[in-house]
Amino acid sequence: MEDVPSNANEHCPGTQSEQAGKASSCAAIAEIGEKLSTVKHKILVLSGKGGVGKSTFSAHLAHALASDVTKEVALLDIDICGPSVPRIMGLEGEQVHQSGSGWSPVYVEDNLAVMSIGFLLGSPDDAVIWRGPKKNGMIKQFLRDVDWGELDYLIVDTPPGTSDEHLSIVQYLSATNEVSLQDVRKEIRFCQKVKLPIIGVVENMSGFVCPKCKNTSQIFPPTSGGAEKLCADLSLPLLGKVPLDPRIARSCDEGRSFLNDIPESPAAQAYQKIVQHIQDYCSNREAEQSTT
Amino acid sequence: MEQNTENLSQVRHVVLVLSGKGGVGKSTITTELALALRQEGKKVGILDVDLCGPSIPRMLSVGRPDVHQCDAGWVPVYTDAEKSLALMSIGFLMEDPDEAVVWRGPKKTALIGQFVTDVSWGELDVLLVDTPPGTSDEHLAVLENLKKHRVDGAVLVTTPQAVSTGDVRREITFCKKTGIRILGIVENMSGFVCPHCSECSNVFSKGGGEELAKLTGSVFLGSVPLDPQLSSSTEEGKDFMQSFPESATFSAISSICATLLKSLGN
Repeated sequence: MEDVPSNANEHCPGTQSEQAGKASSCAAIAEIGEKLSTVKHKILVLSGKGGVGKSTFSAHLAHALASDVTKEVALLDIDICGPSVPRIMGLEGEQVHQSGSGWSPVYVEDNLAVMSIGFLLGSPDDAVIWRGPKKNGMIKQFLRDVDWGELDYLIVDTPPGTSDEHLSIVQYLSATNEVSLQDVRKEIRFCQKVKLPIIGVVENMSGFVCPKCKNTSQIFPPTSGGAEKLCADLSLPLLGKVPLDPRIARSCDEGRSFLNDIPESPAAQAYQKIVQHIQDYCSNREAEQSTT
Repeated sequence: MEQNTENLSQVRHVVLVLSGKGGVGKSTITTELALALRQEGKKVGILDVDLCGPSIPRMLSVGRPDVHQCDAGWVPVYTDAEKSLALMSIGFLMEDPDEAVVWRGPKKTALIGQFVTDVSWGELDVLLVDTPPGTSDEHLAVLENLKKHRVDGAVLVTTPQAVSTGDVRREITFCKKTGIRILGIVENMSGFVCPHCSECSNVFSKGGGEELAKLTGSVFLGSVPLDPQLSSSTEEGKDFMQSFPESATFSAISSICATLLKSLGN
């Protein structure tokens, strides 16, 4: 099934890969490792399925972490064919600038940097019709050629699935990642296969509260037990459940953080709780690493 | 192995279901369109090429059957005794449903090549091809392998919010670049009617699909509301079109189906 042999070394691109046997990718990995060695925490947001809210979650996680002005946060969008981070962060139409030390990311706040292929496209109609190897090249450039500076958190928003983009990012980011996860067992298998630690699972679009009568309806009924059962089965922590709220979609379309807009809403509170879990996880890990 | 183009020779129409964004309901729309076409008395096939997340087998409740071979290739799985709805999915070929298909492009391209040419569909009125999100390996592979056969066009699925229509704009460019006719745009998850008080909430905004159709000069096929009855039908693999013929969702889907048939020249 797998094209990377199970006993291959960590950065093996696989026998079928076009990069197989080419020294440059090995050099690139070392270079990226060097470049990102100062990033304290690298968090991947993954999901096997599309449209479950990965980008929404990534964006709000970034906003929430950056609300602590002493932390440097970056959000990297590696969804090459469907980059939605620029719009959600209110950065549509922004362009990347070249500087002496590489590409400059686009800043939302002084301590919140964003990078996406969306910033490199000429028009919102531009399609990126690329096969795997070209997408890998782009991801490599994002990591190697972007002037990220010193970072506390690098959040990586991924496309749905378990394919080229995911293998590349895992290959480049080396073994010190942490992973936040939304949805599905397949992605968990993927993490186990590539040996990524899982921070936990977020259940999104969990129930809808009618703004008129305040009754809750299950639009996407959790027929097989939902995230709760998934976490119990696989002994993973459930980080939280975020209800559907039409105001979230609106904030995303308009590129604003709904955590700032409507902090008292149940969805915003659910988000804050999840972010707290992730911060705790990261600081525990930091403590663990400094004692060993 | 010799490329087998015979298998598609008795397929009258090939329609791709595309969307730049994931989770907007491509598979749901594909499934419901197939069921609606069957109600119109058509013979329908579904080819599920989403290698990393095949969901159609579950939506049609066919479980995990063994795929049989015949002289002409793989025999699709039929959901009914009359053989009016045929399905082929990568899901059938996986041993463990939790297993992640961790493949890079070239391997996906090779499998899709087989998929498209080696399934013995027999006589079909419409073959619907359900695709993964994006504009990458899978999409190029499907088109390359269908080149010898005529592709009638693509149905694009979007949800109403700008984040989703933004991705679909890119998909439209993909269609133009690759020469696929756009049969129309479907807006899915368009409004939710509260079962308690009948208030309609636009959970993911409203009107994005129709606006996009106007902007790009495409046909707007119609909008399908968020409907818990529809999501539980697809979760449990029940035929929504048969179970809830009274619902607004039913009439929305049948009207999309009728418009689609008209643009196919039926």
